[in-house]
Amino acid sequence: MSSDIRFTDFKSDAQPTWCPGCGDFGTMNGMMKALANTGNDPDNTFVVAGIGCSGKIGTYMHSYALHGVHGRALPVGIGVKMANPNLEVMVAGGDGDGYSIGAGHFVHAVRRNVDMSYIVMDNRIYGLTKGQFSPTSREDFETSTSPEGTKQQPVNPLALALSAGGTFIAQSFSSDAQRHAEIVQQAIEHDGFGFVNVYSPCVTFNDVDTYDYFRDTIVDLEDTDHDPTDYDDAKEKILDADKEYQGVIYQDESSVGFEEREGITESMADIPDGAPDDAMDLVREFY
Amino acid sequence: MPDDLNWAIGGEAGDGIDSTGKIFAQALSRAGRHVFTSKDFASRIRGGYTAYKVRTAVDRVESVVDRLDILIALTERTVDENMDELHDDSVIIFDGERTMMKDFEAPGEMTGLDVPLKRLAEEAGGAIVRNIVALGAACEVAGFPIENLDEALEKRFSDKGSAIVDTNKEAARLGQEYVQDEYELPIDYALETTDNDYVLLNGDEAIGMGAIAAGCRFYSGYPITPATDVMEYLTGRVDRYGGKVVQAEDELSAINMALGAARAGARSMTATSGPGIDLMTETFGLIAQTETPLVICDVMRSGPSTGMPTKQEQGDLNMTLYGGHGEIPRFVLAPTTVAECFHKTIEAFNLAEKYQTPVFLVSDLAMAVTEQTYEPEQFDMDAVEIERGRVVGEDDVEEWTNEKDQFTPHAATDDGVSPRTFPGVEGGAHMTTGLEHDELGRRTEEEEIRVEQVDKRQRKVETALEREDWSPREFGDPDSDSLVISWGSNEGAMLEAIDILEDEGVDVRFLSCPYIFPREDLAEDIRDADEVIVVECNATGQWADVLEHDALERVKRINKYTGVRFKADELAERVKQELAGETAEVEAE
Repeated sequence: MSSDIRFTDFKSDAQPTWCPGCGDFGTMNGMMKALANTGNDPDNTFVVAGIGCSGKIGTYMHSYALHGVHGRALPVGIGVKMANPNLEVMVAGGDGDGYSIGAGHFVHAVRRNVDMSYIVMDNRIYGLTKGQFSPTSREDFETSTSPEGTKQQPVNPLALALSAGGTFIAQSFSSDAQRHAEIVQQAIEHDGFGFVNVYSPCVTFNDVDTYDYFRDTIVDLEDTDHDPTDYDDAKEKILDADKEYQGVIYQDESSVGFEEREGITESMADIPDGAPDDAMDLVREFY
Repeated sequence: MPDDLNWAIGGEAGDGIDSTGKIFAQALSRAGRHVFTSKDFASRIRGGYTAYKVRTAVDRVESVVDRLDILIALTERTVDENMDELHDDSVIIFDGERTMMKDFEAPGEMTGLDVPLKRLAEEAGGAIVRNIVALGAACEVAGFPIENLDEALEKRFSDKGSAIVDTNKEAARLGQEYVQDEYELPIDYALETTDNDYVLLNGDEAIGMGAIAAGCRFYSGYPITPATDVMEYLTGRVDRYGGKVVQAEDELSAINMALGAARAGARSMTATSGPGIDLMTETFGLIAQTETPLVICDVMRSGPSTGMPTKQEQGDLNMTLYGGHGEIPRFVLAPTTVAECFHKTIEAFNLAEKYQTPVFLVSDLAMAVTEQTYEPEQFDMDAVEIERGRVVGEDDVEEWTNEKDQFTPHAATDDGVSPRTFPGVEGGAHMTTGLEHDELGRRTEEEEIRVEQVDKRQRKVETALEREDWSPREFGDPDSDSLVISWGSNEGAMLEAIDILEDEGVDVRFLSCPYIFPREDLAEDIRDADEVIVVECNATGQWADVLEHDALERVKRINKYTGVRFKADELAERVKQELAGETAEVEAE
């Protein structure tokens, strides 16, 4: 691992096809900065991307990466980390990928607590399919598939993570470049599942949850006396539907990654060119 | 047919039927006798009917047959369920002091041995050893030296302390003595023992052991009958070699975790059964498109939907061969015996890495629940060779980069096989995707590149077809004009059926096919034969359809979809009927 890694080393030469002004640009830049700041390089980093606009991130970044099936990015990331704990694993996806089709995996990834980070680009809309409501859309949000509003409660991903036993729960805003990068960096440094919900506005299909909206409403926990290690305090903030918070909301500092608890310390890639030396003992077990 | 004895213990789920049966099977195996076991069981934890059956002979046994000689019946239903297999000389051991058996009488000419199992068990140390009293009684009936049972009891109970072992041994002895003292036996069985050492294992265990031999380090799965034994075998054992089993939240997750581990360079697998394969199908295309080596094991059970979870069927051939949208290059292997479950698993891992494709290992319930004896040499660990294919390390990564120093994980090579780097290898960083992509792994919709990448992935199959041996296993009379073809676990029953047919003057040539795709072209064999019969455990004849398509010729079909595997004598009869031009009506009964 070289020490002179810059965040641009994580940038590929592929030209992003996101709409001009898309929140995902800022989200990705912060991820790259956080990776570089934590001493990682593209050759020891594995990025797993979901499906949707956010899923394109694997192409625009330079690292080992896989862009998989809709909703299943987290299991892929878990498999990578379990098989080689020396890698830095970062999973990125959108609100549809993580809280709708992949909601089951989200809950279980949180409670499994593998040492990896999960960055969700939450724009509260389905962008790539051109503007249908998402699991985080507001109840009265009118879209092509919800002409009179969704008539459903939006998912509170932070509350979902907390109830599943999350050990690192944070939120950031893609346009606040420095804070976003800092928060992602803390997620990477956390020993366990570092979850960051990123407000990453869709400038084309969401005229409600806009840059202006977030700029006007967001409260940075750094500017408050919030103690992220205080569970009750975190719970209160997470369940406060009237506010949009930015910062690390909850962190269990005693957290230890699942792969470490399972005793995995080495890459599983290296194997001998024949059966293990004691393999006949496996046969003898059946006497 | 070998000089065999067929034995069973049956009762309700929760009666300890399985463990008792296994002890008897182990005792026979330790005494140098061959064993082939089967189970009747239901998807419930208590009640109902369940049985463990043991067929044993000095010579190899490869199948179950339609005959039961000694039956330990803990319930009357056990006798009813087995009426077809019982015969006039059958001996039924039961406990007439058990309320539900107090009015029981052995049907017809059969011999009923009323043995106070519970009372003798209490005498030995506790009612819990009731089944062991029955085993002792059965040893006396079978003329099987009880010392062999002692050894199996030690193996089973030694970790619970010597007092427990002694109680069990005493229970067996009391059962044996009771029969000796109280009854004049109708048949004088004398089970011969030999000095041979056999191991006793089932198909799932053989798959698990094959996986470890092949260097499998990561397994993720979700429990499902009848594939769970693979997962349970690997749990704890694969850890000794630096590996891990992860129980996922569902099969969607399981296959994606296994995919992730494979991308990280681990030899990785998952195993499931029909309902789980349905969920995993979603990811088949991604595995092929990203050219990830992965072994996916389907231990088939009766479908569709939840079907009959504890019953045999070979209904997933089309699913594994064609499942998933789009066109997915893949290999499909179907081991034909318990031992072959071991060998084909190793082969599956090598093929997966050499050709960077999904490899389906299609086993079935019949093999999963059959414990069968083998010489330990059948699992020759020294012969295991690990072939990892075109893996590129730091020294040679440059050979596979483009003019911008970018690694090309999907380079369109002559043989279709691209270079592969494991994450961590400097200069090898690359992305890959389920989208159509170029040789860098980046999305494209350009026609020329699309065609190049599709062709290159297909070319791997052609390369494999040239380089590897895909021939079926051949048995019987090579010159016979009657050709029987089957796939998967029917091989054993057919082998014994061949012996039965031979005794009746009927010769057949038999091809047992472990390779579903790619496969050797059997068109000529099919055209050259006068009669071709395809044997399989499903209703529609999925393998027969494939072969007809290959050969452009009609074949005859023997199908069974009752949920019970073929029995050797039954299969011989049906082959004979087909050859005589009679349509069997076995299914209609």
